[in-house]
Amino acid sequence: MRLSRRFRNISLILGMSIVLAIVICAVFAPYLSAHGIEQMDMRNRFSGPTLTHWLGTDNFGRDLWTRLIYGARVSLTIACISVTASALIGTTVGLAAGYFGGWTDLILMRITDIFLGFPAIVLALAIVAVLGPGIVNVAIAIIVVAWTEYARVVRATTLVLREQNYVQAARALGAHPVRILVKEILPNAIGPIIVLASLGFGTAIISESALSFLGFGLPPPAPTWGWTLAYGTRFMRDEPWLAIIAGATIMVTVLGFNLLGDGLRDVLDPRHLSRSAGKKK
Amino acid sequence: MPDAAAPLLSVENLKVHFAIRSGVFQRQVGEVKAVDGVSFSIGPGETLGLVGESGCGKSTTGLALMGLVKATDGHIAMQGAEDVTQMRSIPRSYRRRMQIIFQDPFSSLNPRQRVRDIIRAPLDIHGIGATEERRAEVAKLMSLVGLRPDQADNFPHQFSGGQRQRIGIARALALKPDIIVCDEPVSALDVSVQAQILNLLADLQKELGLSYLFISHDLGVVEHVSHRVAVMYLGKIVETGSKEAIFTKPLHPYSELLLRSAPAHDPRQRHKFSAVSDDIPSATRKPAGCAFHTRCPLATDICRQIEPRLERKADGHSVACHHR
Repeated sequence: MRLSRRFRNISLILGMSIVLAIVICAVFAPYLSAHGIEQMDMRNRFSGPTLTHWLGTDNFGRDLWTRLIYGARVSLTIACISVTASALIGTTVGLAAGYFGGWTDLILMRITDIFLGFPAIVLALAIVAVLGPGIVNVAIAIIVVAWTEYARVVRATTLVLREQNYVQAARALGAHPVRILVKEILPNAIGPIIVLASLGFGTAIISESALSFLGFGLPPPAPTWGWTLAYGTRFMRDEPWLAIIAGATIMVTVLGFNLLGDGLRDVLDPRHLSRSAGKKK
Repeated sequence: MPDAAAPLLSVENLKVHFAIRSGVFQRQVGEVKAVDGVSFSIGPGETLGLVGESGCGKSTTGLALMGLVKATDGHIAMQGAEDVTQMRSIPRSYRRRMQIIFQDPFSSLNPRQRVRDIIRAPLDIHGIGATEERRAEVAKLMSLVGLRPDQADNFPHQFSGGQRQRIGIARALALKPDIIVCDEPVSALDVSVQAQILNLLADLQKELGLSYLFISHDLGVVEHVSHRVAVMYLGKIVETGSKEAIFTKPLHPYSELLLRSAPAHDPRQRHKFSAVSDDIPSATRKPAGCAFHTRCPLATDICRQIEPRLERKADGHSVACHHR
């Protein structure tokens, strides 16, 4: 089977497993924990991992495992919104810039450069400071920086694809540019977009955690990973596992998305595609 | 056969110049005169072979006809229609009458589309027929070009080069054009497959009354398919005439050179190459006067100074040379 051999890629499998595990935790959070996120167990403060509190409790006796799996919901929601929106915006800009060229390209790419010129986190902080906290606002802060990557990659791909004869043939038929972009170019540019999106999840989760860590994310008591980590650092000296586990959760999640992205890149690599396409008949 | 009185397509003084820009301010530093004043006409059911070496502008001529590169100057007119060169966008009525087949059978088909959708695209774009009719038309086109209609759901990579070229031909035929620009349609194919495709093109011409502008560097192929031949050198047509005239008694020294350099079938007839410089001048720095004088065995002073015009010598046979 061509498909199974193609997907026999260690980082793809590992990344997919991690991502899947985290998504399951987020979706089924209420069934995976006997505690509430705000439920305090004052008799078991700083309990450390036990049978009732798998990953221990914080200074109010709140269950860390519960806070982390509910936190996954926040992180994944924000990542989903920001990745989808930035892929849409960036792809549209990249297609237009690459296909039409000339002034359109010049103006769109200079705008992209302006957004790239800002230090990402500072720009994100400024946006949240202006818009105020909230899931959508944090997502916007991430989108504002993240779309540029899609724009650049899609533009480069489009520049190559628009010279292909099948695009010329469509032009010779009098096809509308939108039809050419959607039917001829986009399907052939989708590989890099998928890879970027998958890596983008990791970046978005880091950014969201960083914003929360700095106190610019969702305000407490929302169980964000960034805030859980920041909160845990207060007790670093005596009860270090709080911060360590929160940090490790972020790290493993991002690692999962990065492995998935790298794996997809290998699998969707044009050379890989052409190798299998080369075996005709 | 060819009726010179009522050309289907007439091209007059077509020019395609590309600016060469360089430096920080993208200042124009030069110009490539890829096509520099080309005129020809094609009658109904006629094949005009356009030959020349790489970079002489023959493909650019084809692309300009299709509106895929912008003509700098000149006139392109289909019988009974307006000149399209000065229009901002080429009308669909013109597109319907002229289509193109490309050289590379691999890049000419979208790898992500099924053959059905590739052949259907022209009908979709021009809004011809209802869904069922389009489906039937695709099947008809596929059998017309010698493909099995049950392969319609396959992807291009499941076909061989020759089959892919047939798909490209089917796509070009979908709009029932009068004329097809064949841009080196067989150069990328194996010799045995070349013959199949050439025969297919000939059959289609007979059946549908098509005209072809057949662009090629392969003289054998051009001799096989053309009724008339135009020889291009550095953006200009230097000789044009009937196939017989060009291949039996070429007048322009460049045509002679081309014919002599075509391989012979018999090893005993191996050519002795005369001492013609093979240093080909580029289209960016065209020699003054006759562009061919740097390689021409007949070149004299007049050739270096004055550019010869295409002049009619015999019936339909024209040449641009001071000495012929």
